[in-house]
Amino acid sequence: MSLELRDTAVRSRRIAWPASWLRGRRSPYPYWFYLPAFVIFFIFFLLPTGSSFYYSLTRWTLFDAQFIGLDNFKQFFEEPALTKGLTNTLIYGFVTSGLKVVLGMLLAVLLTSSVLGRAFMRSVVFFPVLVSTIGVGITFTVLLEPDQGLINDVLGVVGIQGPRWLVDPNFALLSVALVDVWKGVGLATVIYIAGIVSIPREYYDAARVDGASAMQSFIHVTLPLAWPATVTVIILSLIGGLRSFDLIWAMTRGGPGFTSDVIASVIYKQYQAGFYGLSTAGNVVLFILVTAIILPLYAFLTRREVQL
Amino acid sequence: MVLDGSWRRAGVLAVVVAALAVGACGGDDDDGGGGSASSDKPVTLTWMVGQTDQFQKPAKALSAAFHAKYPNITIKIETGPQGSELDNLVKTRLATGEMTDMFVYNSGSLLQALHPEQTLQPLSDEAWVDKVDDSFIPAVSAKDQVFGAPFGSTFGGGILYNRKVYDRLGLQVPKTWDEFMANSAKIKKAGIDPVIQSYGDTWTSQLFVLADYHNVAAQDPKWADKYTHNQVKYSQEPAIEGFRHLEEVNKDGYLNKNFGSVKFEKALSMLAQGKGAQYPQLTVIVPNLETSDPDNVNDVGFFAQPGQDASKDGLTLWLPPALYIPKTTEGDKLDAAKKFAAFVASPEGCQVSAGAFAPTGPYLVEGCKLPADVPQAVKDLQPYVDAGKVTPALEFVSPVKGPALEQITVEVGSGLRSAASGAKLYDEDVKKQAQQLGLEGW
Repeated sequence: MSLELRDTAVRSRRIAWPASWLRGRRSPYPYWFYLPAFVIFFIFFLLPTGSSFYYSLTRWTLFDAQFIGLDNFKQFFEEPALTKGLTNTLIYGFVTSGLKVVLGMLLAVLLTSSVLGRAFMRSVVFFPVLVSTIGVGITFTVLLEPDQGLINDVLGVVGIQGPRWLVDPNFALLSVALVDVWKGVGLATVIYIAGIVSIPREYYDAARVDGASAMQSFIHVTLPLAWPATVTVIILSLIGGLRSFDLIWAMTRGGPGFTSDVIASVIYKQYQAGFYGLSTAGNVVLFILVTAIILPLYAFLTRREVQL
Repeated sequence: MVLDGSWRRAGVLAVVVAALAVGACGGDDDDGGGGSASSDKPVTLTWMVGQTDQFQKPAKALSAAFHAKYPNITIKIETGPQGSELDNLVKTRLATGEMTDMFVYNSGSLLQALHPEQTLQPLSDEAWVDKVDDSFIPAVSAKDQVFGAPFGSTFGGGILYNRKVYDRLGLQVPKTWDEFMANSAKIKKAGIDPVIQSYGDTWTSQLFVLADYHNVAAQDPKWADKYTHNQVKYSQEPAIEGFRHLEEVNKDGYLNKNFGSVKFEKALSMLAQGKGAQYPQLTVIVPNLETSDPDNVNDVGFFAQPGQDASKDGLTLWLPPALYIPKTTEGDKLDAAKKFAAFVASPEGCQVSAGAFAPTGPYLVEGCKLPADVPQAVKDLQPYVDAGKVTPALEFVSPVKGPALEQITVEVGSGLRSAASGAKLYDEDVKKQAQQLGLEGW
C-alpha cells in the first residue's frame, strides 16, 4: 500500500500527469515484451499475407509480375473445376468437423468414466494424431482399394458389397473425410477430456441427489459445462477441415477427375502448373472464406462467455 | 548464477566447438569460377533423373561408362518424381537456383514453360548439335539457342495390342476407327476386355487424345500453328475425335473393370497375359515387360491409333526427353557437364543406353542404330518411320498444353463428363497456359 502511494507520488513528480488518469492506468512497459514475437509475426505472417494480396492481382512468373486487376479471381470462379472445389471444401470442412465433435465427445465421456484399461485406451485413441498424414494417406489408399483392399475384403466376409471408395466419384471425398476423422478424433477427445475433467464433482452429486439418470446428467451437466471445450473443438477442426490438403493429396490428388478437389488442392495444382498469380488468388479466396465462416461462428458460440 | 571456473571452461569449449563446426560446413562444393582446363582435377556432378526404370537404368549405365572414360569426373544421381510433380519441382528449383548440376526433363512445350533462355546454359556451339536429327532441334530450342541433348530414344503413341488374341480371333490390324470398334466388339464377345485403361496413373488417360494428333495433322497440316495462335480449338473437328474415342469405349462397355484404380505397370502385365486385348499407350513402357512378363514380351504388338481415313493412317511420334544444364552450373562443373552431354548424344552413349534399357523407338543421333533384339512392339514402329508416315506429337510443335488434361481425360474416360464438355473445358484450361506464356491471340 505504501509502495503504491510512493509510486504515484514519484510518477506524478516526474511528469504532471493528473492523478485520476494514473489511477488504474496500465504501464506500457509490459507491451515491449511483445515486440520480438511481433517482429516474427510480421515477417512470417503479415508481410507474406499482404504481398499475396498484391500478387493475386498480377500474372506472376516468379521473375516478373504483370498487373491484371481482378482477372485471376474472375478465372477462379468461372472454371467449373474451381467452383466444384469450393463446394467440396465446405462439405469436407463441415463433415469432418461435425463428426469429430460428436465422436470426440462420446469417446471423452467413455474415457472419463471408470472403464477398464482407460489409460491404455486414451493412448490408442490419441495415437493416430501423431502419425504422419502422408503415411496414413498412403496406407489407407491401399486398404481402400476396391478389389484387393483389406477393408472391402472384410466387408465381403460379413456379406456387404463395399463401395468403390476412392474410385467412385460420389464417394471419393467422403472416404477421405472418414480417414481424416479417424486421424483427428484423438485430438478432439483429448480436448474434451480436459474440459470434462474440469467440471466440479458437486454438479454431478447434486444431479444424482435430484434423481437424474446418466443421460440426463450428460445433457444438463456435462454438455453445458464442457461448452468451452466444444467451442475449441468446433473452431479448430473447422479451420483445419476447410484448409485440408495433405490427406486429400496423398489419397486421391483431387481425383477421380475433379470430384474430390478442394480449394487447397486446386491452389496446389495451379501452382504446379506455374500459374503463380492464379494460385495466389486462390489462397486469398481461401483466406477470405475461412475468415468469413470462422469469425461470425466464433462470435456466436462465445456470446455468453464471461471473463472470470 | 555466478560464472565460476567449471562453467566458464564449458562455455569456452562450446564456443570453440561451434566455431570449428561452422568452419567445417560450407565450402565443400567450392570449385571456383574461371575455366582453366584442369582436366585432372576431380569433379563431382549431381544429376537429377526420374525415378522409373526408363530413366534410372540408362542414367546409371551412362554415368558408369562416362566415369570409366574420364576417371576424374564422378556423377551422383539424384532421383526425381514424375508427371506434374516433376514439373513443379523443376520450376521451383530453377527459380530458387537450387537445381542439381544437370537434369533430365521433357523437350517441347514443357521446356518452354521453364523460360530456358533465362534459366539454362545454351549448348548451341557444341559439336554434337549438327549430328542430331532436325526434328529434335526445335523441341529443345528457344530464341534460336539449343539447350538440350537427347536422352534415350523416341517412342510412339498408339495402341499396344495382344497379338495372340488377335491371331486367335482372326482379326486384322485396324486402319480406321470403325474397324477398331468392330474388332473390339468381337473381342468383347469372346469374353476378353477389349480396351484397357489405367487411371491409377492419370497421365495414361491422355493417350486417346494425344495419339490422335497424326490424324488431326493429316486432315489439316497447319493445325499446330493455328492452335498456337488460338485459331482452332479442341472442341471443333477434327481434334474433338480424340475425346469422342474416350467417351465411346466407356459407353460401349469395352473397358476393364478396374480401370479407375489400376496402375500402368499392372495394366501392361494384363495386356501381355491376354486378360485385355488393346491398351492405348506409349511404347516407352514396353521395356517394363522384360521385368514383369519376360515370357510374353513379343506377344505385345503395336499399331498407330486409327483415324477416319485408311490412306492417311500414320504414327504420332514422341521425341525423347533431354539433358539440360542449369545456369547455376559454372566453371569446371560446366565443362564436365558439357563433356557428359556430348557423351550422351553420341553413338557410344546410345549403345550404353540401349544396353541398359531397351530402346522404345528409333534414336535421333546420327550413327545410333536399333539393336536387333528389341521387343516386337518397338519393331512395329519401324515400318511407319521407314514410310515417312510420322508426325511429332503436338507438344513438340506447339508450346500450348494445358496442365489439367489428364484430369479432364479421366473424367471423360470414366463417363463423368461428355466428350464435348471435356474438350471445351480443355480449351479453357489451355487459355491459362497460353496467357502465362504471353502468347499472342489469346
